[in-house]
Amino acid sequence: MIPMLLGVSLLSFLLLQLSPGDPLSAQRGNPQVPDALIHRIETEYGFDKPVPEQYLLWLSRTLHGDLGYSFKYKRPVADVIRERVGATLLLAVFSSLLSWLLAVPLGVWAALRRGQWPDRLVSLTAFVGMSLPSFFLALLLLFAASVAPPIPGFGRFPIGGLVSPEFDQFGLWERIGDVLRHLLIPGLVLAVGGVAGLQRVCRGSMLETLRQPYVLAARARGLPQRSVLWRHAFRNAANPLITLLGFEFSALLSGAAFTEIITSWPGLGLVALEAVRAKDLFLVMATVLMGSFLLLAGNLLSDLLHAWNDPRVKLS
Amino acid sequence: MNHALRRFESVLSANTPARVSFWVLVALYLAAIFAPWLAPYAGDDESRACSWAPPSTIHLRELDGSWHAPFVRAVSYSFDDDARRVWTEDSSCRFPIRFLVHGRLLGLDHPVVSPVVGRDAPTGRLYQQPGRPYEPAGRLYLLGADARGRDLFSRILYGSRVSLTIGVVGVAISTLIALVVGGIAGFAGGWVDGALMRLCEVVMLVPAFYLLMLLRAALPLDWDSRLVYFYIILILSFLGWAGLARILRGMIQSLRQSDFIAASRALGLSPWRNLWRHALPQTFGFLSVQATLSIPGYIVAESGLSLLGLGIQDPQTSWGNLLEESMSIAEIRLHPWSLLPGLFLFAAVLSWNLLGDALRDTFDPRSLS
Repeated sequence: MIPMLLGVSLLSFLLLQLSPGDPLSAQRGNPQVPDALIHRIETEYGFDKPVPEQYLLWLSRTLHGDLGYSFKYKRPVADVIRERVGATLLLAVFSSLLSWLLAVPLGVWAALRRGQWPDRLVSLTAFVGMSLPSFFLALLLLFAASVAPPIPGFGRFPIGGLVSPEFDQFGLWERIGDVLRHLLIPGLVLAVGGVAGLQRVCRGSMLETLRQPYVLAARARGLPQRSVLWRHAFRNAANPLITLLGFEFSALLSGAAFTEIITSWPGLGLVALEAVRAKDLFLVMATVLMGSFLLLAGNLLSDLLHAWNDPRVKLS
Repeated sequence: MNHALRRFESVLSANTPARVSFWVLVALYLAAIFAPWLAPYAGDDESRACSWAPPSTIHLRELDGSWHAPFVRAVSYSFDDDARRVWTEDSSCRFPIRFLVHGRLLGLDHPVVSPVVGRDAPTGRLYQQPGRPYEPAGRLYLLGADARGRDLFSRILYGSRVSLTIGVVGVAISTLIALVVGGIAGFAGGWVDGALMRLCEVVMLVPAFYLLMLLRAALPLDWDSRLVYFYIILILSFLGWAGLARILRGMIQSLRQSDFIAASRALGLSPWRNLWRHALPQTFGFLSVQATLSIPGYIVAESGLSLLGLGIQDPQTSWGNLLEESMSIAEIRLHPWSLLPGLFLFAAVLSWNLLGDALRDTFDPRSLS
């Protein structure tokens, strides 16, 4: 895991060095910033040194817990990241839950009615969901939300952001409700993308499990259908789904960026885009590393879940 | 090859969604090839007087009730109290829609002055005397216009040339890289294998979106658009090869153990030749399915990049940068037709997905469970 992260950081550092301009371009063009100050910042952060040395400097500072300073936000990078990671994680977890809640029943239903109309309907719908680019779906939903009349007891669908402007005056429950309302559109957009793949895997794996002798044995003993399905068949059929969870998480991190930008969800993706545009070196490095780290964490989580669900898998 | 074609035909005849998708794709790609002839206007043909004109209303009846071949009216706008455009049709002339005019499939013919001479119905204003040439600018907007009065339908057609080719070319390049890397890693083994696979893992570890942005940021934004087009293809291929290379390496490794490779090695064939002539062709069925299935990803990635202003830029069109104009809710509410390029994007992606899925069921024996 550590060598991988090192490789990622080296790759992104080199790519950033290739790009024209530097983090101080904006300040350099500003006549109110004296050259001496720019020169001082340059020496302080080592921008005047050769690239390999700059990388080592950055690495040693990062290992000491100092992620550097964001020239765009004019704040320490760690603060910016800390604020944004939560929003991205919230979105990813919410949409994962939503897509699992939708995909598992649909997949099992399709497997039980294999070849009949529910199966075909579900798989066609899944294809449509899979083929809707996330940014297009987000635009469509935002458009629908903006023309829809207010719903009684719910109000208008929020068309972007994390919270309403009046958030500070809300009580605890109102606050939670407000964030959930704002989560709805971006969460749904991301979940739709995930449902298609999950549903297919769930259907396939369920079909294979239902053919196993122990399912027949459970039926022969007269167990009710629900028990056969969920306690005996599904627990085994869930293994490939759990493996998918890690990939799912990575897809979410990448896909989430587009959705975040369009629904102005203040997550890592939005920050990364702004940071790359402003050549904000330290902020870019931190967002990329954070993204890769979350991806690795997703893979680890899926391994742990796998071991928990399947006693044959041993953690070493 | 003939055998593969026959199987492809049988897939299409057995699977209705796949057949429909195939023909949709054929239509889309033909439209892209013949875009300059199919599009009523050139991609940069603008008319500021028609900024954000809605889709043209196609009339069949003249004001006096007589029937005519389909025609449109010239339109103009004024602003109401909420600063929204209000469009009025100038009914003094009609512009017949004709096939094969001005060297294009579809276009407007010269205006015919209406029998109700020059009287514009909504305003009651008198325009010109009969007999004097009067040329209001009629324009045919099948799907509406953009901010600069450019025809959206024409721009979608021109944009399809970028959006539809990027997927195919990108997949071809990344498949080639994957073949070389996966083939060498699988056949050579040892430290070569180890090094190449670690490289793949690093590339796969960076979330695709961040890598996409980093690679794009590595170059200035003000490049010539043709260079940007090729560079974007390169970026997308760079993202796509790693996963495929890993799978290929696994396949090659297991093929290396098989008897026919051992036999040709025993016959003294060089490893390189053995790899290219005997081992790799075994993976082509899998590769063709994989390529079809990954084309949609490339199309969507290009559109996303252009949507964010990091890809194809304005005078040039792609489906993604056409959607850029609808990024703000206020804009979409005023002119919803600017979302239409997304529909074309959706149609292309759905068709590739359905076709790829049908091919997988037939050509990839491992999925038959």
